[in-house]
Amino acid sequence: MSTVDTVAAGQRAATAAAATAVCCVVRDVVKTYRVGRGTKATQVRANDGVSLEIARGEVFGLLGPNGAGKSTLVRQLTGLLRPDSGRIEILGHDIVRHPDRASRLLSYLGQESTALDELTVHLAIETTARLRGLSATAARATTADVIDELGLGPIAGRPLAKLSGGQRRLACFGAALAGMRPLLVLDEPTTGMDPVARRAVWSAVDRRRSADGTTVLLVTHNVIEAETVLDRVAVVDEGRIIACDTPGGLKAMVDGSVRLDLVWRDEAPTTLPLVAALATRAAVSGRRWTVRTDPGEARELVAQVTAGPAFAALDDFSLSTPSLEDVYLLLGGRHEGLEK
Amino acid sequence: MSVPLPAIELAPRAGLLPSLGAVYRAQLSRARVARIPLLFVATFQSIGILVMMRGVVGAHDTEAARDVVAGSAVLVVAFVALNLFAQYFGKLRATGGLDHYATLPVPAASVVLGTAGAYASFTVPGTLVTAAVGCAMFQLPWVHAWILLVVIPLAGAALAGVGAALGLLAPRQEIATLLGQLGMSAALLLGVLPASHMPTAIRWLRDLLPSTYGVEAFARTFAPQPDWAVVVADLAVCAAVGVLSLTLATWAYRRAATRA
Repeated sequence: MSTVDTVAAGQRAATAAAATAVCCVVRDVVKTYRVGRGTKATQVRANDGVSLEIARGEVFGLLGPNGAGKSTLVRQLTGLLRPDSGRIEILGHDIVRHPDRASRLLSYLGQESTALDELTVHLAIETTARLRGLSATAARATTADVIDELGLGPIAGRPLAKLSGGQRRLACFGAALAGMRPLLVLDEPTTGMDPVARRAVWSAVDRRRSADGTTVLLVTHNVIEAETVLDRVAVVDEGRIIACDTPGGLKAMVDGSVRLDLVWRDEAPTTLPLVAALATRAAVSGRRWTVRTDPGEARELVAQVTAGPAFAALDDFSLSTPSLEDVYLLLGGRHEGLEK
Repeated sequence: MSVPLPAIELAPRAGLLPSLGAVYRAQLSRARVARIPLLFVATFQSIGILVMMRGVVGAHDTEAARDVVAGSAVLVVAFVALNLFAQYFGKLRATGGLDHYATLPVPAASVVLGTAGAYASFTVPGTLVTAAVGCAMFQLPWVHAWILLVVIPLAGAALAGVGAALGLLAPRQEIATLLGQLGMSAALLLGVLPASHMPTAIRWLRDLLPSTYGVEAFARTFAPQPDWAVVVADLAVCAAVGVLSLTLATWAYRRAATRA
């Protein structure tokens, strides 16, 4: 074999290795909806040229406010919706051309549980396992494992409709875990869950990732969750991906700025010149004012607010390093919608 | 990426019969939890109609009495299989519940047939009770009441298919409910009232209703010497309509589940 051949073979092997490391490729996906009827109908671009790549074994997140287009994108990945244009590949399979293959590659936890609501937790998981192609024996075994793993034992015999929102969500997550798939697509899995249930979810995800190399695509509008559990995150706003990096990498974009939160006891004392000046640049959410600035000015502001007459009106204040929410805002995202 | 990705092997699909069984079992348990009060309603409604019609047609073994008893018994099937089924699928579609099934590798026919089967099974006690009460009230022989065990699945399949198609094709959940109710009213009026008292146009409408053939098959078995050939022909029509309507329902399900 000549040197050229050896190099070429080496390159091919490297490319193949890179290729096998990819779980999911999305290229220029566009999806529009018609809203309204007749002459009043308008077109809404839910996804406006979305491209992203997810590596195998990665916990990848889509972060954005409600209505940003996250769920629409996920519904196209799961084969439930067909994009107007663009390409979607999962583990080497063209999902636009063969949407039916998605169900044999991934496990999906949607936002709705109506199909399972009147079943008991046990039966919901076991039936889902059966419908994912498991034999009766395997379905029973996996159901017992999942119930045990998620601590669903005490509520296993109760219908989902009778459970609290968080418990119901956990049971549906259990159904999504029944039957192994290399990709887990979870649309806001922890909505309404208490911290114990959230921990159970993330432990289960971690176990599958380390044991089987499972890839996870997570839709969330919870900033803390995104920062703590995701390897990489795509920030979605108005149908576009406005940034995609590790949470740390994204936060480095806003390095050098800090956030000052002021919570007033009652009305903000805007008669004071200092507070009136702040009012023009603060993001106001109820009694909470948020000011983004450089650390030097932030220190000065804290000193002024806490030393002067404004302090009497202050309930709480805090200085913090930037979060993904700050990144989202810096990148031009709309203000409301992310959960802290 | 210019290099095509090496495709990983797909997980197997769920088989038609195993997944049909799983859906049937789950739906039957669901029915036990959520539908027992409605079964009572369906049964009491049919018995109420029997009592009412007894005053109209008299308590004797006449053709009208046979139609009333057979019609009331099959009405329980219509109530559950058509009305409740249309509502169930209408709700499932409107609330995004179909996504659950659509993201599992399960044949559409398993979901529709499994659910239809569970709903039809669920009507058995109510139908038998109504038939027994009817036979007692109108002094009809009940030796051939076993035919109900054939009528229920066949009429149930035909009506459930229609119900599922209504629920899945209706543009809105409220319209699905409305259509289910209308279908039930049609089964009530056209199935229970004796056909001989109907105008020709209404009789044609009656002939179009899949449950009619189930009603007629059952009504014929009250004769001292039933004409079994005609009974079998009626049941065959029921079965054919059942196959057609369940095929339509399966198509409607696929369309609803993968609708953009």
